[in-house]
Amino acid sequence: MHIQTTEVTDTFAEAFKMSAARVIITAETDQWAMTAAQSATGFATSVIGCRCEMGIETALSADETPDQRPGVSVLLFAGSAKGVGNRLAERIGQSVMTCPTTACFNGLEGAQEHVAVGEKLRYFGDGYQASKVLNGRKIWRIPVMEGEFLIDDAFGVQAAVGGGNLLLLGKDMSSTLSAAEVAARAMRKVPGVILPFPGGIVRSGSKPGSRYKALPASTNDAYCPTLRGSAAKTELSEEIGCVLEIVVDGLEEASVGEAMRQGMHAAAGEGLVQITAGNYGGNLGQYQIKLHALLQS
Amino acid sequence: MKLTLHTAPEVPLEAEVIGPTSLNGLTEAEVSALTVHHGNRKEALGEFFTVTGKMNGRLELEGDLSFVKLLGKGMSGGQMIIDGNVSGHLGVGMSGGRIVVNGNAQDWVGEDMKGGSIIIKGNAGHMVGCVVRGAEVGMQGGEIIVHGNCKNEAGGGLRRGLIAIGGNSGDFTGLNMLAGSIFVLGEMGIRTGAGMKRGSIVSMKPAQMLPTFSYSCTYQPIFLRFYLNYLRELGLVIDDAWLTGSYQRWCGDSIELNKGEILLYHS
Repeated sequence: MHIQTTEVTDTFAEAFKMSAARVIITAETDQWAMTAAQSATGFATSVIGCRCEMGIETALSADETPDQRPGVSVLLFAGSAKGVGNRLAERIGQSVMTCPTTACFNGLEGAQEHVAVGEKLRYFGDGYQASKVLNGRKIWRIPVMEGEFLIDDAFGVQAAVGGGNLLLLGKDMSSTLSAAEVAARAMRKVPGVILPFPGGIVRSGSKPGSRYKALPASTNDAYCPTLRGSAAKTELSEEIGCVLEIVVDGLEEASVGEAMRQGMHAAAGEGLVQITAGNYGGNLGQYQIKLHALLQS
Repeated sequence: MKLTLHTAPEVPLEAEVIGPTSLNGLTEAEVSALTVHHGNRKEALGEFFTVTGKMNGRLELEGDLSFVKLLGKGMSGGQMIIDGNVSGHLGVGMSGGRIVVNGNAQDWVGEDMKGGSIIIKGNAGHMVGCVVRGAEVGMQGGEIIVHGNCKNEAGGGLRRGLIAIGGNSGDFTGLNMLAGSIFVLGEMGIRTGAGMKRGSIVSMKPAQMLPTFSYSCTYQPIFLRFYLNYLRELGLVIDDAWLTGSYQRWCGDSIELNKGEILLYHS
């Protein structure tokens, strides 16, 4: 199957069941809300090394947030609800509570499961913290030097999908990067997804395992153009000079698929030779998101 | 079901049997036969009220109930809509449901309340949501919204929940308050928050502070937006400036824990 001149391989992205939370960060200005969001989502590219994956979902106007201030919606993914709770407490505590004027709210109000976050962070108030319960919502007011940090007592957690991906194969770095940038921009517009890697794009795609026992993952040699002549196996034809990957996590499988579909359409064109996806033969992940099926939907 | 007052009681009528929970499942005849206390005499409810309709979770009362006490006592669900004024002890010990009074209520609204909501469209008397004499803990949950004014000791001993007064409150608002929130959109009387341990008292007008309260700062408490928007949804008149404005924060009462706060709208 082709989109314009770009071949789309008949394969699937192997994705995993994860747990996720949506966090609404607000602040006095949209710049400070974004600053806090960028800090909170930093170093959260992969559960392999960061214990969670996190990214900015979208910016929110004042009329879309609980406290009627400008905000940013971010999503956090981890392997379990407990992991989500722990990572939220760490990242909100260090990157949001510390940021001037911010407040932090649960963005999954309909979730069946909740994890304690404000309930943990309240102890920073050293006995001066105060809770407020209004219409079923419990909020903590934690005194800080600038005023008060406001945070929901608990955050909703829901089942989610992590590890949707596209592999973009091009002739050279320049054309492949351009295609990936366009794809990432298109994918970010889909609600309920994040692209956790820097700029949404990852160059160091990995395979599970390594010849070194301590490493859970190592370079995806079959997709490294520089190893085409030496690796045990290559997936690259001779015209491929660069491969970039876009990883997408989403609150629903459908949103991950839609982001991948948008990404393929946006990336395809003269500069891109082939689009494929990473999988492990269907042996590890709970989801198989088939590229051709997405394009036919 | 609807209860219409046809004979006004000459002395206070204690009608604690009237409420959506206690009347649930009863027929018109059974409701009419229920016992009420007219002064020191036992009478049938039907001697004062005409009962019509079936209970479906909503109970309507009509007439001047200024001598009818204890309506909605212990109710745990459903709605009770009262078109007229009511006497005291409305919703005593209620744990759920909703009472709406399209009129005024006398003293002790929501005494020992644990949940649910009471909305008074007119004025209320003394001791709104107040602890009973001799007890330490007052209202433990729920909401009391008074669109008009109330008299003394609103929220005395409040432990949890929300009391909002659209107009003015009398003296000793939040007396011995333990926690929870009291909003007075108008003026408060003297000795606000006396003996309070924790909790918040918020007013949109200047107030005289007890000497055992200390001024902390003037700031913009973001959490107030949640409350003010909620009160606006409930029909209270909320000035937009209150949402984003600055408030003086006074801490007290220092004769107790000194962890309570009085927030006064500044500008």
